[in-house]
Amino acid sequence: MAPRTYAYYPGCTLHSTAKEYDVSARLVCEGLGIELRELEDWTCCGASSAHSTSDLLSIALPARELQAAEEMGLPLAVACAMCFSRLKFAIHELNDQEIRGLVSDIIGGELRNAVEVVHLLQVLDEDREAILLKRPLTGLKVACYYGCLLVRPRDIVDFDDEENPQIMDRLIEALAAHSIDWGFKTECCGASLPLSRKDVVLTLSHRILYQAKQLGADCLAVACPMCHSNLDTTQRVIEAKYRDGVGLPVLYFTQLVGLAMGFSPKQLLLNKHLTDPLPMLTEKGLA
Amino acid sequence: MTIASVITPSPLSELRTFVENQSGQNILECYQCGKCSAGCPTAYAMDLTPRQLMRGIQLGLKDEVLGSTTIWLCLSCQTCSARCPRQIDIARVLETLRQLAIAEKRNPTEKDVLLFHRIFLGLIQRYGRAHELSLGVLYNLRSRHLLANAALLLKMLTKGKLSILPPKVKGAAEVKRLFAKVRALEK
Repeated sequence: MAPRTYAYYPGCTLHSTAKEYDVSARLVCEGLGIELRELEDWTCCGASSAHSTSDLLSIALPARELQAAEEMGLPLAVACAMCFSRLKFAIHELNDQEIRGLVSDIIGGELRNAVEVVHLLQVLDEDREAILLKRPLTGLKVACYYGCLLVRPRDIVDFDDEENPQIMDRLIEALAAHSIDWGFKTECCGASLPLSRKDVVLTLSHRILYQAKQLGADCLAVACPMCHSNLDTTQRVIEAKYRDGVGLPVLYFTQLVGLAMGFSPKQLLLNKHLTDPLPMLTEKGLA
Repeated sequence: MTIASVITPSPLSELRTFVENQSGQNILECYQCGKCSAGCPTAYAMDLTPRQLMRGIQLGLKDEVLGSTTIWLCLSCQTCSARCPRQIDIARVLETLRQLAIAEKRNPTEKDVLLFHRIFLGLIQRYGRAHELSLGVLYNLRSRHLLANAALLLKMLTKGKLSILPPKVKGAAEVKRLFAKVRALEK
């Protein structure tokens, strides 16, 4: 059995663009008797911008959160794949004594680098058989999309296979849904380029959506707010640009778990997506 | 650890030695198989593919390497690093090159990409957390793409996905100090 109490780092987007991820994650965990204690006064991990410009900054920002979790004496559960990746990288770098000394000085106070960081998918993995299915997702075909940051680099994130991960697939299957076999599980969606090179995001996200649609998926399940934003908010523009009807709802995996546990679409904030999943779910008798 | 000072032009091996020291990767291990370029999602948009970039470092072609669009279009997706048969962390090499280009104050060939990072970090430094609406508005103003994503931002606002006011966090002051300390150490 996995630990029942975690320190919880939502990350910036879960309080804004990905509120539905935060809300559904909390509902699901509470329903399964898992306590998430949000870090008090947490701040940004630096995302992709810190490590593009400064090594030291990219370690010091997440180290502040690691220190907070260390003080709580709990493993740290993370929802956002980007934050997860940055925290894992920081832990790896902080194994170096010299860097740890330098960073401890920067953030002030001692840093033992002894916190275990896990992603919410890992938190739910061990409980998947115990989920009480009030609304089994029978007949729902889901394309599980992991993106880059959860799985690579394998020796640092220590998560799952980097080319064909399974952890989300087995969770989705435990909900009585069908997870499709496909080749774009860990292909990049365009990451942090949507403002600066939107064309790249459209090209990459189009390929992912198109592939999932071709293989008969009813929706995509994701575990990263950045992937979600790139895949969900671009669909109108993609359809106009490529003249493909890619329309495919993109849901957080926690929303699918919540749906199976019997929470209502409203409780799970399914209305927050730009590509509305409700018509599809209604047709399947799931909403 | 930090880019201590700007390196000056000199023998052909200088760029390679600098990159090796900074990234911890052995550049001469690359035997030009091209697996990095084959898997790279943005190679199609780059002027030099990742394989060509690695060769450029081996040959000491500093201006070509630091002036490439490659270093800015890299998404840090790590596919190249994961698949390299010589176990070179190519994404790490690209990160080092980006940092070097910034330290040398070179004109980025994809200036909007760097602008995005700068605005993002500026907001973190100020508020402690990201604020997407400020990010979108400041980016449009400073990149002079005034109406870019305006429709999307509006839609996200009406969906309640964006907060109007920046977050208020106690830790913001601490983050400001953290930025200052890092900057002082990197000088």
